Amino acid sequence: MEKKLNLDQEKIERARRAAASVAEGVMEEIKPRTTVAVERTILRLLGVDGIDEAEIPLPNVLVEKLHAVQALPCGVAHWMGRTILATGKNPQEIAREVAEGNLDLLDQPLYSNEEIRGALEPYVREGLEWIREQRRRRAKFLETLGTGPRPLLYVIVATGDIYEDVIQAKSAAEQGADIVAVIRSTAQSLLDYVPYGATREGFGGTFATQENFRIMRQGLDEIGEEIGRYIYLVNYCSGLAMPEIAAMGALERLDMMLNDAMYGILFRDINMQRTFIDQHFSRMINGYAGIIINTGEDNYLTTADPYEAAHTVLASQFINEQLGLRSGLANEQLGLGHAFELDPDKEDGWLLEVAQAQMAREIFPEAPLKYMPPTKYMTGDIFKTHLVDGMFNLAGVLTGQEIQLLGMLTEAIHTPHIHDRTMAIDNARYIMNNARHLGEEIFFKPEGRIQKRAQQVLDEALEMLGKISELGLPRAINEGWFGGISRAPKGGKGLEGVVEKEENYFNPFMEEMSGEREGSPHAD
Amino acid sequence: MQIDEKRIRAYGDTFNDGMIQLSFSLPVEHGPKGDEAARILAGKMGLEELEVAFSRDLGQGFSYYIVYGRCPAYVDLTQIQVSQVEVDAMDYYEINRFIEERIGRPLVVVGACTGTDAHTVGLDAIMNMKGYAGEYGLERYPQFHAYNLGSQVPNPDLIGRAVEVEADVILVSQVVTQKNVHLENLTNLVELLEAEGLRERFLLIVGGPRISHEMALELGFDAGFGPGTLPPEVATYIAQEIYRGQRRDSGKSGE
Repeated sequence: MEKKLNLDQEKIERARRAAASVAEGVMEEIKPRTTVAVERTILRLLGVDGIDEAEIPLPNVLVEKLHAVQALPCGVAHWMGRTILATGKNPQEIAREVAEGNLDLLDQPLYSNEEIRGALEPYVREGLEWIREQRRRRAKFLETLGTGPRPLLYVIVATGDIYEDVIQAKSAAEQGADIVAVIRSTAQSLLDYVPYGATREGFGGTFATQENFRIMRQGLDEIGEEIGRYIYLVNYCSGLAMPEIAAMGALERLDMMLNDAMYGILFRDINMQRTFIDQHFSRMINGYAGIIINTGEDNYLTTADPYEAAHTVLASQFINEQLGLRSGLANEQLGLGHAFELDPDKEDGWLLEVAQAQMAREIFPEAPLKYMPPTKYMTGDIFKTHLVDGMFNLAGVLTGQEIQLLGMLTEAIHTPHIHDRTMAIDNARYIMNNARHLGEEIFFKPEGRIQKRAQQVLDEALEMLGKISELGLPRAINEGWFGGISRAPKGGKGLEGVVEKEENYFNPFMEEMSGEREGSPHAD
Repeated sequence: MQIDEKRIRAYGDTFNDGMIQLSFSLPVEHGPKGDEAARILAGKMGLEELEVAFSRDLGQGFSYYIVYGRCPAYVDLTQIQVSQVEVDAMDYYEINRFIEERIGRPLVVVGACTGTDAHTVGLDAIMNMKGYAGEYGLERYPQFHAYNLGSQVPNPDLIGRAVEVEADVILVSQVVTQKNVHLENLTNLVELLEAEGLRERFLLIVGGPRISHEMALELGFDAGFGPGTLPPEVATYIAQEIYRGQRRDSGKSGE
């Protein structure tokens, strides 16, 4: 890719180093701790699934029992391993019996750490092998079916009924969509568990459940085979059950997951310590499964002024990058987010949008950047919105974005009608096809408006990152540096689910995924 | 997902939600009163749960509205009967090859907008060199000799020209119609042809935005093509019909 903005490479390096030091500070918070969600995820990956009589998921039943008597510091794997050794049963059978009150994880004989690890090993291997198998399947599909040209066209379905979602998703794929995201039911992120089974009613979206993931995956594979193009599936890896959803996504071959370093903290008021810990393990799972994360920098611009706050997007992209790399994600898995959100009535606003998008492209050359459509200034004037979406699509193809979430002409009115989605796809296909190689033909005037704007945003982001690296991320968030929202380190939901680890704590999956143990089979 | 064919409703984002999108202007000042007028008007159309999603001033006492609402009406699909010309359209090259190999001579087509109709957009789309939506018109086909007579052609002139050039096909286009004048005009053409004993000599086709195949048959035409028809569909139909006619005739003469 040719560089067009004359950005100071030394400043980019300084910004990256500052973000690295911010990320190191966060990692120090993460390492000594685990959470109830992380422990539930270990159980899911060991094969525990299903619900009890009160419809409480079995991973919750087991982890809550341990947490209630402060038995989590050595980790659920420890207790499960001992119970396997004592009973000879598998994790699912054990979970079922614990839920029925016929077995107590705490009332088992002592074994050595080696014996416990040995007992868990076949289940750990089985879980990881399935994830690698899904990764191989995706690679095979991508090889045989291929995908659409970049930017990939990303649309959303959200009927609340997974079966109707599948119909709309297939319709969208037939019309030309490359990526389908299923919007979650409102406030699922605040549930400290994952609902179970296929669901047919939601609120403004469809519940993320493992069965729903499976149903949609199957539907998209069917239509993908039919039209000869692999269709990517997306869901939300955020909220209080974040790592469990990462595990489900890995097991059911989702291709992308929304996973932002700060979204839950800022916009869902989830405790920051809880978020950072859950997120680290989530991203390790995403990384292992070959899933592309989508970060949510676009959200800052919905609460802050998009012109004034442009540098916060860049600063956050740097932080998401550094945290992501430290959780084992490859650069090619970092779908860093940004957005086309300037007031459409602003003179030369489109030039500024191009500056920002091109800047992200040049600073993160390997990242599959996720470009978000205009929402903030959309009024319900569907014809104008459709036109603004066209300008967004032109900016996307010009600056080489990879994941283009399509704007809907009915933005600010309602969830898209079926034909709104088609019109959005037509809009993008027309413009992107018609201007496919515009980016290769254009250079920006030295010291012109576009270059100067990008340089200015980089300068401001560098300054911001310098200050954050002095303060540390928790204090910066507390002082409202992102999205103009302030969150306290001890505030927010879910702090009670954070647990200090004991010395003999272990998470067998994290060890395998990070390659800490010798001879661990790495993903391809 | 079972769809009840007896009760088909508009689809917004869920089955049977009946959602409808409207946009229109009113000769009313923009403001709360105008919004309310828009809402009431949409209500009188039978829509429910109305939302004026957007409105704006158009100046000079006009205002513009985008309204959403639910339409409680439904349609019984099982009671609808529509006949269409069934053509499995070939492409430009296939059609030319088909005519050359199966019929052995170029086909002659005479087309016109007849009567008072001055709108040649439909006729040109089918006949002109340039064609429509990326498909060439009949003039471009080496295996068609196409005569585009243009607009406001009286029926007797059209017939006269068809006889003169020994046409295989007469193509009539009717776009704009007031008080159903096109129906009279089309009927008149068929009557004239029959009176002169020429009806069987030509493949008689009509096209236009308000034409259906069913209506064309009722009027005594061989086929009718509605809106959105592309040149290859018409060309394929002509080639196949004439080929079929030849086989039928040669079959007869052989007996």
